[in-house]
Amino acid sequence: MAGTTTTVVRERHTINPLDRPWGHWLQTAFLIAIGLLTLMPLLWVISTSFRTLRDSFTVPPVWIHFDFDFSNYQSVFDTIPFLNMLKNSFYYAGGAVIGGAVTSALAGYAFARLQFRGRGVLFWVVLSTMMVPGQMTIIPVYILMGVKYLNLVNTIWSLIVPSVFTAFGIFLLRQYFRQIPGDYEESALIDGANQWQIFRSIYLPLAAPGIAILSILTFNSRWNDYFTPLVFINSQHAMPITMGLVELQGEWSTGSIAVVFAGIVLSVIPVIVVYIFGQRYLLEGLMMGGIKG
Amino acid sequence: MASETLATRERRGGLLGWFRADTFEGVRRQRAILGYLFLLPAFIGLVTFVVGPMFVSFGLSFYRWNIFKPPDPIGIANFQRLLTDTRLPGIYANTLFLVVGTVFITQVLALALALGVTKLRSRKLAYFLRTSWFLPVLMSGAAVGVTLSYLFQREFGPINYYLGLLGIDRVPWMTSASTVMWTIIITAVWKNLGFIFVIYLGAVTNIPQEILDAADVDGAQGWRRLWTVTLPLISPIMLFATVINVIGAMQIFDEPQIMTRGGPGDGSRTAVMYMYEVAFKEQEFGYGSSIAVTLFIAILIVTGIQFLLSKRWVFYG
Repeated sequence: MAGTTTTVVRERHTINPLDRPWGHWLQTAFLIAIGLLTLMPLLWVISTSFRTLRDSFTVPPVWIHFDFDFSNYQSVFDTIPFLNMLKNSFYYAGGAVIGGAVTSALAGYAFARLQFRGRGVLFWVVLSTMMVPGQMTIIPVYILMGVKYLNLVNTIWSLIVPSVFTAFGIFLLRQYFRQIPGDYEESALIDGANQWQIFRSIYLPLAAPGIAILSILTFNSRWNDYFTPLVFINSQHAMPITMGLVELQGEWSTGSIAVVFAGIVLSVIPVIVVYIFGQRYLLEGLMMGGIKG
Repeated sequence: MASETLATRERRGGLLGWFRADTFEGVRRQRAILGYLFLLPAFIGLVTFVVGPMFVSFGLSFYRWNIFKPPDPIGIANFQRLLTDTRLPGIYANTLFLVVGTVFITQVLALALALGVTKLRSRKLAYFLRTSWFLPVLMSGAAVGVTLSYLFQREFGPINYYLGLLGIDRVPWMTSASTVMWTIIITAVWKNLGFIFVIYLGAVTNIPQEILDAADVDGAQGWRRLWTVTLPLISPIMLFATVINVIGAMQIFDEPQIMTRGGPGDGSRTAVMYMYEVAFKEQEFGYGSSIAVTLFIAILIVTGIQFLLSKRWVFYG
């Protein structure tokens, strides 16, 4: 409703010189040009992934062709243990999503709705860890994962366990729990609910959009992670898909380009699916920091 | 009266009476205990995998340590080595160039796209463009690196082919020290543009239409309205977008690692790539940590400067 009124008002005031026909066309052309520049490499990847080996690196590049060849997709699975890598990526991203949602929801709820001594200081400690970049901690975490301590190097657990605990997740869900009115708790208390029930059956379901945002952001960032696996994993059986793509390409780009691109297409599908279904949450999550402060 | 009954009830309940849900004090205690319990998992994790390692990193930077020999305290020798390491000035220059180039181009372009797309009359076109700009954000740095390494390929790459049609000689995108950083900048812009764009889109659509209309009535239109009304209104978000853009650019690793492995020579090696090489290829955890520490301090300083400077240009309505 608000949207329609603004468009009406906006159109009445088109006296801006940039809104005159030629200015408007120039702007639209610019926007479309940038759109094509970001889209073309992706179209090229998809188009090439369906070409036969012989035609895959033709100059000039052929954008549209009708002789679809699916053998490259078969080759992806023959060249590297691709299915196993997909599985590893799913475990990594899925484990991080579930673990992150649980620990962040509990801690976020505690910071938002429970009063206890030291809450302010503890929250400040959590916030300050948000400033620490992953590269700053990776050497000690690598040593911790090593044979001497946890002995998890070269297992998928070395990726999942550290990525479960995020200050960002706690902060995000705290903001969500704070938006929910406190009145619900009083009525629940009168009805005889205990504190766990109040959290589990009232506040947690109401914070579902926040948990969805956190889950989608976590899934994407872990599915796409290359740096951590590169450090912790060096045997093929535990590699996630990002490392698989580089394996597919080969040390000196010896892999067939069409097969590599087929691998890229396959590796992006889960993220695209998540985007299609969770677009609203993903975009809101990315904008959150900016708007809600 | 009522409080008396509650107090007696509490006393009668013994130890459990302390947490009775029908007394005010009991509820308060329940909530406090639950608060600590709820924080416990996250805290154990954050201390083990973030706070602890951060301090260990600081500590390690005063040691010489590789996986084969026991750690050896060597004072500030790692930091002296940092100052005399002949590879570092070039690597830091690359990182700085990458940050400045990427952030400048990304910010200007993302803001222009956000301002432009909100003015489009066709909703379908706006949706199509938003999606096209955003798609690279969904891809992994690894997929982007692999894709663009073929795209920028000198002999058969499509980019050089199209430049050839315009009469431009083949550009050695990834093999010449003088162009390789530009290639990485273009890659980083291509990958992150959609992300910064989404932030600006949120900011621009949140500007109340009445304010823009009022500016129109007062005769501030076009560029003037942009400079005097729109930009000041979204300046807090410009600060946010620049800060996260800078922090992200200082940590770029995946794309140059995959596209050029830091080459030619150290031509496209960034600080994070050097840390990775020293710590995990040469197994020098101590020296690697000292590089990580300087990177962390650099991020803190740069972010601090941005917030200090922001007092001059950010407008909080």
